Amino acid sequence: MGPEKLKEVIKEALKDAEVVIAYKEGFDKLHSTPCFVTTPEEADAVIFDPRCVQNLASYLPSLKKKAAVVVKGCDSRTIVQYMQEALIDRGKVTVIGIPCTGIVSIKKVMAKTGHQPILDVTFPDKNTVVVKTPKGEQKMAMADVAADKCGSCLYPTPVVYDQLVGEPIESDKTYETAYKDVAELAAKSLEEKKAYWEKEFDRCIRCYACRNACPMCVCQDSCIAESRDPHWISQKSNPTEKFMFHMIHALHLAGRCVECGECERACPMGIPVNMLKRKINQDMKELYDYEPGVKPEDKPPMFTFSVEEKKIEEHKL
Amino acid sequence: MSEIAPKELRIVGFLCNWCSYGGADTAGVSRFRQPTDLRVIRVPCSGRVDPLFIVKSLLNGADGVLVSGCHPRDCHYTDGNFYARRRLEMLKRLLPFLGIDEKRFHYTWISASEGARWQKTVTDFTTQVHKLGPLHSTTEAQIGS
Repeated sequence: MGPEKLKEVIKEALKDAEVVIAYKEGFDKLHSTPCFVTTPEEADAVIFDPRCVQNLASYLPSLKKKAAVVVKGCDSRTIVQYMQEALIDRGKVTVIGIPCTGIVSIKKVMAKTGHQPILDVTFPDKNTVVVKTPKGEQKMAMADVAADKCGSCLYPTPVVYDQLVGEPIESDKTYETAYKDVAELAAKSLEEKKAYWEKEFDRCIRCYACRNACPMCVCQDSCIAESRDPHWISQKSNPTEKFMFHMIHALHLAGRCVECGECERACPMGIPVNMLKRKINQDMKELYDYEPGVKPEDKPPMFTFSVEEKKIEEHKL
Repeated sequence: MSEIAPKELRIVGFLCNWCSYGGADTAGVSRFRQPTDLRVIRVPCSGRVDPLFIVKSLLNGADGVLVSGCHPRDCHYTDGNFYARRRLEMLKRLLPFLGIDEKRFHYTWISASEGARWQKTVTDFTTQVHKLGPLHSTTEAQIGS
């Protein structure tokens, strides 16, 4: 897949859409930034490579224009979920899908270089990243610096698109291997799990970046985490309030989280915030055979019910 | 003095106005003996019970939470308890993942005429929570007060 093809597709899409949301180079060579392309000239600055980490579909629900958007496999699930929840008008959105071979985690690359200024980043092939810093060139294996979500990616090819740029890719993972980390934690004892979450959430600074980055957090200014009436959580920075915030986030995403990993990417403290949602997703798969953002005609399980629940049994005391 | 344990724990009960609250009332009117640990919160429907109510209770001092509504198909609002069932089941499976014993949370269906069933449920649940002991240390339990 060459970026030339993508630029062509974007120019073509501009004939119909008012704006195309894509990526361009950011403030340094390691970062990319979302860009809103409105003219063919601007399309020439568009890039796509493993630096393009953001989920651009997040812009769609609040964008009232006819738009086209560049999506990776994981991001495309966001669009399907929006369709299921009627948050976007599919007729107004052109989806430009790109089969993705994995993206880098900026944090991991920075850690590997020892937080040196980045002079240049190149991707000679899909398994290698070459980073140039004042100290010299450093070659990294993609597997070592890939975002955590890529390790459990089941949909490298977008599940929905109008235009596909590049050849479709099959995932080499199964549902079981993708959810291995959740199963491992779930198998631990209650005390171990409690200690695990206490340790992780202890670092939370309540910046709410995870919520702000989340494409499925659509309450905007009505988030109950910040409402004073009812006062769900106070301004205190104690473990109870931190934990409560993460439960609000997790339970409001129950059966809706598309696992795009934006919450973890945005978290400045490196807390595995996606884990709770993934655990709920796993339960949803077991109970209702439902995966968020895969089939547009599905209904999120918490939005509906069946009179006879096949898998729910009455609990005995 | 209750026969269950010398010291009371805090158990929060969310009861549906149309069935379980009536059921608890029936039990009271019939003078069935009940443990006194449960604090009842009357809600219009079990569908009104946000799973976050339960989480917040457990985080802020409750040692156990009981949710009770009308039997499925008997809802005053036709389908409130069907939604509740899905949500509460989701939470029931999530709690152990957080390190909270899922035995501290129970949801059930009790109709207004089932005073005896209410008595049995609340007694058994209180016993179960007492077996697990307090969820919070004394100092932590004071936060909410």
